[in-house]
Amino acid sequence: MSLVHKTAAELGRLVASREASAVEVTQAHLDRIAEVDSKVTAFLHVDAERALAQARTVDERIARGDKLGPLAGVPIAHKDVFTTEDMPTTAGSKILEGWRPPYDATVTRRLREAGLIILGKTNLDEFAMGSSTENSAYGPSHNPWDLSRVPGGSSGGSSAAVASYQAPLSTGTDTGGSIRQPAAVTGIVGMKPTYGGSSRYGLIAFASSLDTPGPFARNVLDAALLQEAFSGHDEFDSTSIDAPVPPVVEAARQADVAGLRIGVVKEFGGEGYQPGVLARFHETVDLLESLGAKVVEVSCPTFGYALPAYYLIAPSECSSNLARFDAMRYGLRVGDDGTRSAEEVMALTRAAGFGPEVKRRIMLGTYALSSGYYDAYYGQAQKVRTLISRDFEAAFHQVDVLISPTTPTTAFPIGERADDPMAMYLADLCTIPSNLAGNAAISVPCGLADEDGLPVGLQIMAPVLGDDRCYRVGAAVEKAYADRWGGPLLSKAPAL
Amino acid sequence: MPYDEALERFEPVLGLETHVELGTESKMFCGCSTTFGAPPNTHVCPVCLALPGSLPVANAKAIESTIRIGLALNCSIAEWCRFARKNYFYPDMPKNYQISQYDEPLCTEGYLDVQVEGKTVRVEIERVHLEEDTGKSTHVGGATGRIQGADYSIVDYNRAGIPLVEIVTKPVEGTDRLAPEVARAYVTELRELLRSLGVSDVRMEEGSLRCDVNVSLMPRGSSEWGTRTETKNVNSLRSVERAVRGEIERQAAILADGGRIIQETRHFHEDSGATTSGRSKEEAQDYRYFPEPDLVPIAPDPAWVATLKAELPELPSVRRARLQAEWGVSDLDMAAMHNAGAIELVEATVAAGAPAADARKWWMGELARRANETGTALADLPITPGDVAKVTELVSSGALNDKLARQVLEGVLAGEGTPEAVVESRGLRIVNDEGELSAIIDQVLADNADAADKVRSGKIAAVGALVGGVMKASRGKADAGRARELILEKLGVEG
Repeated sequence: MSLVHKTAAELGRLVASREASAVEVTQAHLDRIAEVDSKVTAFLHVDAERALAQARTVDERIARGDKLGPLAGVPIAHKDVFTTEDMPTTAGSKILEGWRPPYDATVTRRLREAGLIILGKTNLDEFAMGSSTENSAYGPSHNPWDLSRVPGGSSGGSSAAVASYQAPLSTGTDTGGSIRQPAAVTGIVGMKPTYGGSSRYGLIAFASSLDTPGPFARNVLDAALLQEAFSGHDEFDSTSIDAPVPPVVEAARQADVAGLRIGVVKEFGGEGYQPGVLARFHETVDLLESLGAKVVEVSCPTFGYALPAYYLIAPSECSSNLARFDAMRYGLRVGDDGTRSAEEVMALTRAAGFGPEVKRRIMLGTYALSSGYYDAYYGQAQKVRTLISRDFEAAFHQVDVLISPTTPTTAFPIGERADDPMAMYLADLCTIPSNLAGNAAISVPCGLADEDGLPVGLQIMAPVLGDDRCYRVGAAVEKAYADRWGGPLLSKAPAL
Repeated sequence: MPYDEALERFEPVLGLETHVELGTESKMFCGCSTTFGAPPNTHVCPVCLALPGSLPVANAKAIESTIRIGLALNCSIAEWCRFARKNYFYPDMPKNYQISQYDEPLCTEGYLDVQVEGKTVRVEIERVHLEEDTGKSTHVGGATGRIQGADYSIVDYNRAGIPLVEIVTKPVEGTDRLAPEVARAYVTELRELLRSLGVSDVRMEEGSLRCDVNVSLMPRGSSEWGTRTETKNVNSLRSVERAVRGEIERQAAILADGGRIIQETRHFHEDSGATTSGRSKEEAQDYRYFPEPDLVPIAPDPAWVATLKAELPELPSVRRARLQAEWGVSDLDMAAMHNAGAIELVEATVAAGAPAADARKWWMGELARRANETGTALADLPITPGDVAKVTELVSSGALNDKLARQVLEGVLAGEGTPEAVVESRGLRIVNDEGELSAIIDQVLADNADAADKVRSGKIAAVGALVGGVMKASRGKADAGRARELILEKLGVEG
C-alpha cells in the first residue's frame, strides 16, 4: 500500500520508528496533490517547500531522540479559515485575498507543536458560509466520488483533500454542520467537538457562539488523534472550556456499544429525505442493535425549529463579526483615489469584496438585530436555542447518544442548489441542533445510497463534553462495517 | 440670555456621563500596554487591531476596579452580567463594534453626595459599566479639526482597547441656579473618589477622565423635562461649570424666542467657553446591541465582592468628615479648604507635627495668597508640608513671630532652602539677648521722651508706640511681648 493510502496513526508510527521519513511521507502527499488536485481543487494554497522543511525538522528531532506525539511527521490539510503566519489566509473571500496574518491560530500552533506537517490551506465557502464550497470566491472544490458533485461545505476543500488521499488528515470548522456534512457526502469521518473544546483564537469568525474547530480523517481513530492534538483550554479564547479533553483516543480504540442506550431522533427522517439515505440509516440502527446497543426512539420536538433559529443567530453574529473588513487596516481596498471619504471606501470595498451569500447573511443579521425587530427575531431565536438545549438534556437522561442521518441527501451536483439558498440550507437540517446546543457530534460513513452510489453519513450526537461517546459508537460502527464491506467505504470510491 | 434671567424663567435638569480610563497595566481585552504618550500604533496587537480571527479576553483587574468604583458609589453589583456589542462603523474603532455593556451593567443604583455652598446634594448614579476605548483620530486640514472638511485623517490605535468605565448619573433636578456648581462639585468629588481608589490617574487634560454634560431646561412651574443636549469635549473642572452655565444660557435664549431645542451632541470649546453643534441625535442611531458571544458572562462571587467592599479605602467624603472633627473647623472653613485643594496639605502638615489650626492658618492664609498671586495650585507651590510644620514649630517655640515667619515662607518659596536655612541666611531669629534688647529699649526711650513720660504718668496705652519703635529698631526681630515687659519695668510702671 502506498504511503498516501495509510492511516495517520500508521504514518505516525512509521515516522517515529524511522521506517519512513517525514520527508518521504510529505513528498508522497505532495506528489498526490500534484497528480489529482487539478481535478479536485481541494487546496487554495500549497506550500511544498515549507512542508518539506517542516518534515526535515521532524526527522531531525526524531533522529536526535526527541519524544514527539503520535502524529509527528503526518501531513495535514488546513482549512483556510485558520490564520497561518507563513501562508496566506483568505477565508475563501476576495476581501482577504493575499492577506498574510502576522500570527498563528491556536489550532495552527498546536498542529505545529504536535509535529504535523501543514501541506497547505484548503478551500471553503466564503467565511465558512455554505454547504458546497460553491460560495468560495476562488471556485468550488469537487467531490472525489463524482467530480461533478459538491464535496459538501463549508469545509469542502478539507473533506475533498482527505477523501482523495491528498492528506490523511485535515482541519475543519463546524458552525451549522460544516464538518459533518462534508464528511458525510465524501465518505469520511468528521467530528464537531463540544463547543469550546478547542480554541477559536485565530479562526476567522463566522458566528462566534457556534464556530467549532474539528478534525477530518478517513477513520475514527485518526480523527480522535487529531482532535486530541489541537484541543484543550486556551487562555486566548475565554469561551474555550477549562477542563480536560475527553478521552477520545481511548474511546476510539474501545469501539464497542454493548449496553449503550442509543436514541433515534424521531424528528429526523421521512419527507425530504432521500430513500437511499434512510435505508442505510435504518440498516445502521439494526447493526447497532446487533452489536448489543439498546436502541429506542426519542422525540426532540423543538429540533424542527433549529434551522430557522440558526438562520437568525448565525447571520446576526456574522453581521457584526464581518464589520471589521472595512479596508482600513488589511485586505482589499477599493476606490481610495484621494477623492472619497473613508465611509465611501468602506462601502465600495465591502460591495466588491464580499460574495452574494455573505452579503445576504450580513443583511439578514443586520435586520434581525435592529431596534424594534430584535425581540421578534434574535431574541426569539435565542429562546428556541434554550429549548433545543433542554430537548437534548431530556434526551440524554434517557439515552447515552442520539443518532440520525447526517444529511437528508447525498452529495448534490455542482450548480443544483447554487441559486436556491433554502434548498442549500436544508443540507444542515440534522446537524444544526448540536451547534445551537454546543454538544458533540460526529459523522461516520454508513454505506452508499442505492439511487446514486454515493456515501451516506451516520450522525452520532453526545452531551457536552461527551465527545468520547461519539468516538466509541463511531468506531464500533466503522469496525462492524469494515468487516461486512471488507474494508473502508472509501475503498469503493472510483480512482481519480 | 443672561444667566440670572435664564434661571428666573427656567429650571435646569442636569445629567453627567463620565468616562474614566482605568490605570490597569494592560488593555481591556489584550495584553498591550496602556501607557500614555507612546509613539502612535506601537501599543497594538492582533486583538486591539481587530485582525481576523483574534478574540478578546476580559481583563480581570479592570472588572475588579469597576466593581470597586461601583461599591464606592453605593451601587448594587450584578451577580451575573454580560458584555454587549455596540455596532457602528468608525475608522478609529477597529472591530467596527465596541465591546461595552448594555442592559446588564456591572453596577447599578448608587449615589454620590456632594457639597455645594454648605449644602449636601445627592447625585444619584444610574449605572457604572465597563467598556473599551476607541483609537484616536486626528483630522488633518480643514478649518475645524473635525472630520468634516478635513483633507485626510490619521488614526492611532494605542488607545483602542484601553479599559473605560462609564459612570452615568440619573437626571439631577432641583439644583436651580447652582446647576453649574453642582456639576463641577460632582466631577470634583468623583475624581477624588477615583483617585482614592487608585483605579485611574484621572487626568482630564490627558483624557483619562472625560465628562459629557447633559442639560435640559423646563419652564418654571412645569414638571415636564425639556429636550436635552449632550456636550462633549469638556476637559477641565472649570469647563464643566462653564459648559453647564453656557448651555443654560444658550437654551434659555432659544426657548424664550419660541424656538425648539434640538437633541444633539455639542462640542465645548475651551478658549471661548461656547459650544457648537455636532452630530444630531434626532434620528437615534441603531447600535444593534447584542450580548458579546466572544466573552463569557461576568459572575462576581458575592464573597469576593464583600471582601472588595470591606477593603475599600476611606473615601474622600468620610475622610473629610473625620478630619473636620479632628481639626475642629466649621463646615465653611472645611469647604474652603476643600475648594482650595488644601486638605491633603493641611493633613500632611499636621502629620509633620504642626497644630491643625496653625497648619490651616498658613496654608489658607499666606500660602493661599501667594498661590493666588502666582496663579498656581496650592499643591504646586515649591514648599512642603514639612517646611510649613517647621515654621509653625519655630513660631511656637518663640524663635519666630508671625511677621518673621512670613519672611521665612517667602524665602522657602524663593528657593532659598529649608526654613532653618532661610532663618540663618536672612538672620531672622528673634532677638532674645536681654542685653541687646535692653540697649535698643534704652535708645528708643531716649528718642521718644514724650511717649515715655505719658506711660510714666499712667497712660499705659502709649506703650504701643514704644514697642513699635523697638520692633522697628530691631528690624522686627525683637520679641514684642518681652520688649513690652522690659519697657514697663524700666519706666517703673505695673503692666
